[in-house]
Amino acid sequence: MRPVYMVSGGITKFAKALPQTDFRRMVKDAFDYALADLPGLSRDRIDGSVCSYFSDHFTRQLMAGAMVQDYLGLNPKPSRRVEGGGATGGLCFQSAWESVASGRMEVCLAMGFETMGRVNTWKGNEFIALASDTNFDYPVGGFYTGYYAMMVNRHMHEFGTTVEQMAKVAIKNHLNAVYNPYAQRPGRLTVEDVRAALMVAEPLTILDCCQMSDGAAVAILASEEMAQKLGGTPVRVTGVGSGTDAMRMADRPHGEVILLPHENREEYADLKYPGVHSFRGGRVAAQNAYRMAGINDPGQELDFVELHDAYTSSEIQTCEDLGLCRYGEGGSFVDSGAPFMPNLDYGLSFSGSGKWRPLPVNPSGGLLACGHPVGATGLMQAVFAFWQLQGTIEKHLKDATLQLPDPRRGLIHSHAGTGTYITVSIMERV
Amino acid sequence: MDRNAKLPETEGGTILFNTDPIIIKHHYEVDYLHSYAQDSPFFVGLTKGKLMGSHCTGCGRRYATPRGHCMECGEPTEWVEIPGEGRVHTFTTCHFGGEAFLKETPFTLVMVEFDGVDTLFLSRLIGAKPEEVKIGMPIRARFLRNCKFKPTDVYFVPM
Ligand SMILES: [Zn+2]
Repeated sequence: MRPVYMVSGGITKFAKALPQTDFRRMVKDAFDYALADLPGLSRDRIDGSVCSYFSDHFTRQLMAGAMVQDYLGLNPKPSRRVEGGGATGGLCFQSAWESVASGRMEVCLAMGFETMGRVNTWKGNEFIALASDTNFDYPVGGFYTGYYAMMVNRHMHEFGTTVEQMAKVAIKNHLNAVYNPYAQRPGRLTVEDVRAALMVAEPLTILDCCQMSDGAAVAILASEEMAQKLGGTPVRVTGVGSGTDAMRMADRPHGEVILLPHENREEYADLKYPGVHSFRGGRVAAQNAYRMAGINDPGQELDFVELHDAYTSSEIQTCEDLGLCRYGEGGSFVDSGAPFMPNLDYGLSFSGSGKWRPLPVNPSGGLLACGHPVGATGLMQAVFAFWQLQGTIEKHLKDATLQLPDPRRGLIHSHAGTGTYITVSIMERV
Repeated sequence: MDRNAKLPETEGGTILFNTDPIIIKHHYEVDYLHSYAQDSPFFVGLTKGKLMGSHCTGCGRRYATPRGHCMECGEPTEWVEIPGEGRVHTFTTCHFGGEAFLKETPFTLVMVEFDGVDTLFLSRLIGAKPEEVKIGMPIRARFLRNCKFKPTDVYFVPM
C-alpha cells in the first residue's frame, strides 16, 4: 500500500431541512467548494468516486449515488456506494483511501449526504430504528435513543458516570459550535439547561442527543505524487482501522477487555467486556489505526479528536474505547477539562486533575451541535480535521477561535448502530 | 393512428405544502411477506408461554435471543427453553420513539439477564414506575394470550 493524502474538502451548511437543494445539489455545492479551494485540481483529474448515504427511505430514490455522479459530471468514471449506518461516512472515507492506497486511483472523491428533513422527526427515528434487528429489537423498542439510554444506564452502574458529566459534553460541543458557521445547533448551555430539557429516554434529554439534518460533505484523497502535483497543503492519512459488533446489543459478550499498547490486563481484572456499556468494534478500529500510524499512547500522541457523539453518553464511552482515558474514566476525563478547548470559557470549573493532557474532543461541535446528516457526517469530520491540520480554520469558518495552535495529528471516528460498524482514521500534518 | 389522442382528466390532485421550492406529499406504503425463517420456533414458543433461546452444539454457549448458528464458533444451535425469571441488566423509559411506537409512550425497555445464559434479551417492563426500576431487580416473563407473533408477545413484570 502506498501513502494517501487528503488534498481538499468541502461541506454544506448542516440544517434541519434544506428544501431548496436536493441531494445532488448539496453534494455539488460541497464538491465545488473543495475544487475552488485547490485550484490545481480540476474535475478531469478525479479518477472516480465513492458515495455514502445511509437510507434510501430518506431520498425516496434508489441508486441516488449514480445521480450524484452524473450531476457532478463524473460519468463515465467508476463510482460505488458504501453504506454502514451511522459509520457510512467513515467507511466511505476509508473506501476512497483504499482506492488510492491500492494504486487503483490517483485521485478519489469521497462524497456523502443525507436528506433527513424530508420526513417528520418521528418517522425519521423509525427509519433509523430499522437499522436494528427487525425480528427482535425494532418491534420492542424501535428507538435508538432508547438503546443508548440503556447502554449509558449500565455505564453509570459499572463506573459511576453521572448525568452532569454527560451534560458537560453537551455544553462543550454546543459552545464550540458557536464558532462554526456550518453547525446546525450551536448554543451556550448550562448543566441545568441540559437536565431541564425535554426527556427523550431516561436519562438522555433532547440536548444529550444529536438532531436529524440535511447536508453534504466531500473529501478528496490523492496519492503522494498527485498531492505534490496539485499543490495546496495536503494532509496525510497515516492510519485506518475499523471494527464491528453484533447488531443486537443483547448478543454482546461479557469477556475480557481488548487492550491497547499502553494498558494492562490487571487494571481491568473485574470488568466484563464489552457488555452493553462499551464498544468493542470501536476499540478494534482504534487498535488497527494506531498500529498503522505507529501510535502507542493515544492520549499523549494525538492533538485533537473528532468523534461520533450522536449522544453525550456515546462521547464518554468512545473516549474510553479510543484509549484517551481508561475504561471507566470517561466521566472523570470530562470533569478534568482535558477534552475542552483551552481558549474558551464554558462557565464550568474543572477538577484540575493533571492526569490527562489537554486533548480537545470535537472542537467542531461534533454531531451534537453540527448535526448528523448520516452519510455526510464521517466526511464532515474529515473536512474539519483537514482544516485543523492545514491551519486554515479561520479561512473556512471565518473565525479563528477553533483553530488549535499547532496540531500535528488528529483522529476521526465514525460509528454505526449500537457500535455495529466503527471506523477510526488518523490524519497528520505533513 | 389518432392524431387527437388525449388523456382523460381526473378529479384527483396533489397535496402541496409549498411552491418555492415545490414540496408535495408523497405517500409510500408496502406490505412485506416477512418470513421469520429459522427464527420461527421462537415465535411458536411465545404462543405456548415459553421463551426459546439457542444452545450451541459446538461450544455450549447459550443465547437468550435465538440465532440458528453460533456467533462465536459457527456451529449450529439447538433450541432450548430459557427460564422465565431473570434480572434487569439495564433499562430506560422512553418518552418518545419511532412514529410507529409514539402512541405507546412512555414505555420501559429492559435488557434481561438470566442465570446460566450467556447473552441478554430485550423486552418491555410493565408494572413498575420508571423510578422504581433498578439494575439487578428480579423480573419474570408474562405472555399475551392472543398472540401477535411479535417479540412483544412476551413482556416482563416485577417479582
Ligand atoms: Zn458455539
